[in-house]
Amino acid sequence: MNDELRNLYQEVVIDHSKQPRNFRKLTDATCSAEGYNPLCGDQLTLYVKLTNEVIDDIGFTGSGCAISKASASLMTAALKGKKQQEALMLFNQVHILLTEGPNGRVPPDTLGKLAVLSGVWEFPMRVKCATLAWHTLRNALEGKEIPVSTE
Amino acid sequence: MVKNHPQMMNNPHVTSPVGGFDVWRVRQEFPILKETVYGKPLVYLDSAATSQKPQRVMDAMSHFFLRENANVHRGVHYLSERATEAYENARVKVARFLNAKHANEIIFVRGTTEAVNLVAATFGKAQVGPGDEVLITAMEHHSNIVPWQMLCQEKGAHLRVTPINDAGELILSEMERLIGPKTKLVAVTHISNVLGTINPIQEIVKMAHAKGAPVFVDGAQAAPHLPIDVQALDCDFYAISGHKMYGPTGIGTLYGKREWLDAMPPYQGGGDMILSVSFEKTVYNKPPNKFEAGTPNMAGAVGMAAAIDFVMDVEHHSLVTHEHDVLAYGMAALSTFPGLRLIGTASAKSGVISFVLDDIHPHDIGTILDREGIAIRTGHHCAQPLMNRFGLPATARASLACYNTRHDIDALMAGLAKVREVFR
Repeated sequence: MNDELRNLYQEVVIDHSKQPRNFRKLTDATCSAEGYNPLCGDQLTLYVKLTNEVIDDIGFTGSGCAISKASASLMTAALKGKKQQEALMLFNQVHILLTEGPNGRVPPDTLGKLAVLSGVWEFPMRVKCATLAWHTLRNALEGKEIPVSTE
Repeated sequence: MVKNHPQMMNNPHVTSPVGGFDVWRVRQEFPILKETVYGKPLVYLDSAATSQKPQRVMDAMSHFFLRENANVHRGVHYLSERATEAYENARVKVARFLNAKHANEIIFVRGTTEAVNLVAATFGKAQVGPGDEVLITAMEHHSNIVPWQMLCQEKGAHLRVTPINDAGELILSEMERLIGPKTKLVAVTHISNVLGTINPIQEIVKMAHAKGAPVFVDGAQAAPHLPIDVQALDCDFYAISGHKMYGPTGIGTLYGKREWLDAMPPYQGGGDMILSVSFEKTVYNKPPNKFEAGTPNMAGAVGMAAAIDFVMDVEHHSLVTHEHDVLAYGMAALSTFPGLRLIGTASAKSGVISFVLDDIHPHDIGTILDREGIAIRTGHHCAQPLMNRFGLPATARASLACYNTRHDIDALMAGLAKVREVFR
């Protein structure tokens, strides 16, 4: 397998795609949003429970490619207990990592487990798979009702 | 090129061409097939999206621009005459290719999508009213769904859908039941772009005509693969795209029976579609010009004609035999791959192999194959209702053209083994 593929499909990514964390509907969600990636048919619904602007709980359902599923799973794992504003700032950091790669403005090691997404950078067509959950998160937090589309 | 082909040397079976069809000679006409992708030889299995182009198509278009370019149907000067001749000769060529009765039954359009929209906007506008029905099928491409849906919405008409079975074949008894006195049009694809199913158009036309309903056929996928005879099919409309049949993008044709074309209102207004214009009244031109407003895609038509020459030269019949050999080889090979499920197993099938692999998303399959130099299509293939029918968000699709060989299937199998390795 070539290096770019190995960087894209790191073990952690495969693991999160096969056994996504927080893959469930929250019955007590305070906000939710839907996201689509029409190019490959990725679809996810994101549920967030906010208590005093802190993400108390977060979950998602849907179907998608390994990258979008792993990204959603890693995102939910990273965001529990984070403040709403911190979550949105983290999205910015992740977005820079995905588009600029490991040698860009955001060093991967500052992002904890989310660093495994740095390989996506070599596959520009897949960036929208990796950002789908994050765009959906933003919509959920901002209370937008129009589904996100990363096309 | 043949000598240097790395895969060819170890595989004796391809050296004996099928039915007199020399695929290695054919491949030499397609310069792009010599490209390498990420250092690997290109294995192009995405011809249902767009086919590659033989050198002669590029040459014909460049010859037109270099030697014949002028506006058609207008000037009295030499070049305009040459350009008009080239453009109208292309129309005659398409008419022969489809075995239309007259060349004036051939309308140049941007592609199949525009052809559907043209029929919806003209025939549909005149013939479909409140409470009427347009019957499509569950395997249509979005381009043969949405224009009819828009028409039905506008007119207060109803869109009906012929269901398919699990193999991906139309359930004809259901179709017959669905065609009624209110059916103003039956719109059906000749070959499914996802399933490869070849629909029995002749039978469908008979069934529809028996109840007075005309038939529109989406021939985008059929034109590069099957000999087409619109008179034998007896369909009322037949649409094709140049770029799916080795020609350029931005050009296609709509065949329409003369009596319909005469009766239909014009499509777009502009130059060339008129006989005379005053501020009070415009007299429209006769078909096909009535439907071709504005300066047409002349070089595109010339390129499409060259593509038809190519298909005729390689001899349609042996081309069909060759493609079927590769398809059968591919279907047999892929059906042995552990965890792979073929989508579309109709008994009458053309060169499309759609599949899913366990729970690995097609998009991931596509990315991994790409790094092996293998181009396939992944996603919903502009046929979301069909995906829903099979309960799938997406499939991976390998589609064939005349230049594909059993090697390409071997490469695909090796690529799929890599996919397995990543997701083991």
